Amino acid sequence: MPEISNYDPQLLKKLLYDMQLIRRFEEEATKRYGLREFGGFLHLYIGQEAIAVGAVAAIDLQKDYILTAYRDHGFALAVGMDPSSIMAELYGKQAGTAHGKGGSMHFFDKDRHFFGGNGIVGAHIPLATGVAFKIKYMSEPGAVLCFFGDGAIHQGTFHESVNIARIWKLPIVYICENNQYAMGTDFRRVSAVKDLSKLSCAYAIPGSQVDGMDILAVNEEIKKAAQLARDQKMPTLLECKTYRYVGHSMSDPGTYRTKEEITQYRQNDPILLFKDKLIVAKIITDADFDQIDTRCKDTVTKAVEFARTAPDPPTPAMYEDLYV
Amino acid sequence: MPVITFREALGQAINEEMARDDRVFLIGEEVALYNGAYKVSRGLHEKYSTRRVIDTPIVEESFTGIGIGAAMAGLRPIVEWMTMNFSIQALDQTINNAAKMRYMSGGQFTLPIVFRGPNGPAEWLSAQHSQSLASIYTQIPGLKVVCPATPYDGKGLLKSAIRDDNPVIFLEAELAYGWQGEVPEDEYLIPIGQADIKRPGSQITLITFGKIVKLVLSAAAELEKLGIDAEVIDLRTLRPLDEQALINSVNKTRRAVVIDEAPPICSVGSHVAWLISNRCFDILDAQVELVSSEDIPMPYNHRLELAAQPSIEKILTAAKRTLYI
Repeated sequence: MPEISNYDPQLLKKLLYDMQLIRRFEEEATKRYGLREFGGFLHLYIGQEAIAVGAVAAIDLQKDYILTAYRDHGFALAVGMDPSSIMAELYGKQAGTAHGKGGSMHFFDKDRHFFGGNGIVGAHIPLATGVAFKIKYMSEPGAVLCFFGDGAIHQGTFHESVNIARIWKLPIVYICENNQYAMGTDFRRVSAVKDLSKLSCAYAIPGSQVDGMDILAVNEEIKKAAQLARDQKMPTLLECKTYRYVGHSMSDPGTYRTKEEITQYRQNDPILLFKDKLIVAKIITDADFDQIDTRCKDTVTKAVEFARTAPDPPTPAMYEDLYV
Repeated sequence: MPVITFREALGQAINEEMARDDRVFLIGEEVALYNGAYKVSRGLHEKYSTRRVIDTPIVEESFTGIGIGAAMAGLRPIVEWMTMNFSIQALDQTINNAAKMRYMSGGQFTLPIVFRGPNGPAEWLSAQHSQSLASIYTQIPGLKVVCPATPYDGKGLLKSAIRDDNPVIFLEAELAYGWQGEVPEDEYLIPIGQADIKRPGSQITLITFGKIVKLVLSAAAELEKLGIDAEVIDLRTLRPLDEQALINSVNKTRRAVVIDEAPPICSVGSHVAWLISNRCFDILDAQVELVSSEDIPMPYNHRLELAAQPSIEKILTAAKRTLYI
């Protein structure tokens, strides 16, 4: 178990803030979606915040890279993209991160080494492997973190890419966020193994399960795996056991699981667990947390104000950003 | 001027561009130790080593995606698909990632990547290994599509494709790799997006691309025997299409036959035929004709497979229809 005393208290407070910001951001986005202020898909990360925040704190995005799938709001915020620009992208505005051309599933920040925000299940796993190829080709010091869900791990792209990463010795960490349901399909219904980290055995790489509700456990494991990737060019497969409280997207009736199950997981909430831990360790007080929460809410309120009043892209802009 | 084969011309292009820019590398099945399934990459592994000429497992979807990821991160990959038939395995990567990443990211990424391999009917290969997929790629905004007909055009266009900052699909042909042609020793580039008049003429325009340019030139020679002066336009680039070159020619000849190796529905040929009908409507003296492959998968039997494809006879028949003779 990671020792809280090994961490800088300022960092711990930042981690808590970052998780709470994602939570408040998505709660507000859900509300605005419900008011039909924007549409489309909205895949929420609520319940999984410890993974994105713990991961980003484990690496150096000056030299390392992150890719994820379409449940990407949490990663976009965790890597430090501007909440107002992210919200504006949800609203499809010109001031959005992709000028209203990407939306909820397609956040990218090339300068921060965040390569999306990818919409097709499993299709970004080769892309991430290609970024790791570039690091090796150019003899650079970094590593790639490639996140995907328990649905994607059965795609051919996962198996093909992990095999290649191993034979070519690429600096990459494959991280399965097992939130237990691929849309409405319980992962146990569609997987030959229940411990997904065991798939690493087929490709002769290390693999392990991580408690995805414990941000420090996530942080420690990813730190180790990223170091192994950088130093020994050895890929790792991590399975972060987690849970999403809300539907796959906004139209999900949620009939595939019980209310009791959701209630049970809510008691294991990654933010509440971490908050309690910091209070017990006397790093924060309840009042401190309230203050953090107020700051998060203010940031989100400002983001919504910005997004709602920002202009749409001009029509001719639809022809831009296609070819160089 | 040296006379070399199509495969040598393409190999020269790759070699010169790899020598010019360390970020250029070649990746695909059998490209390195085996020197390429069709020997386009002969000698490159020996010269550039396994760092830059890279054999892959048989995983088209993933090595295509690896190329795209490497391009997003700043390299300039050349992805070899052993044939375009196998590129179907990688369609998601090409269509959803390569073609759309720049757009979806609001212009943050550039994707300087070439996907190349042989396309179109070959011989004695049956349906899965003998088909033109040009229209599938040409329909996708975000891609460029190039299809050269001669060793000279092949080399000049491939060098331009490798230097282009956009994803380029580069269509070759199994049956054309051994064809010979003059290729200058001095460096030259052929810009993407320019059609070429392969034979000037005044009475009818024959429009085509790829390896059947040769067939169409033979048809034009037959028409000459009948006293008909045909112009042959080689599209060379399918996207972006050189619309003005087509319009200029048809405005001169007032008649057009489009010849495409693909089946006729929603093909490059059918699009070009529509384009001419639309833009040259007032000046046309006859309906625009399309000579395509038959609307069937490719049969194995050699007589049948030839009967399924455009032929000189079919081109002459279509040309005569537009000339009312």
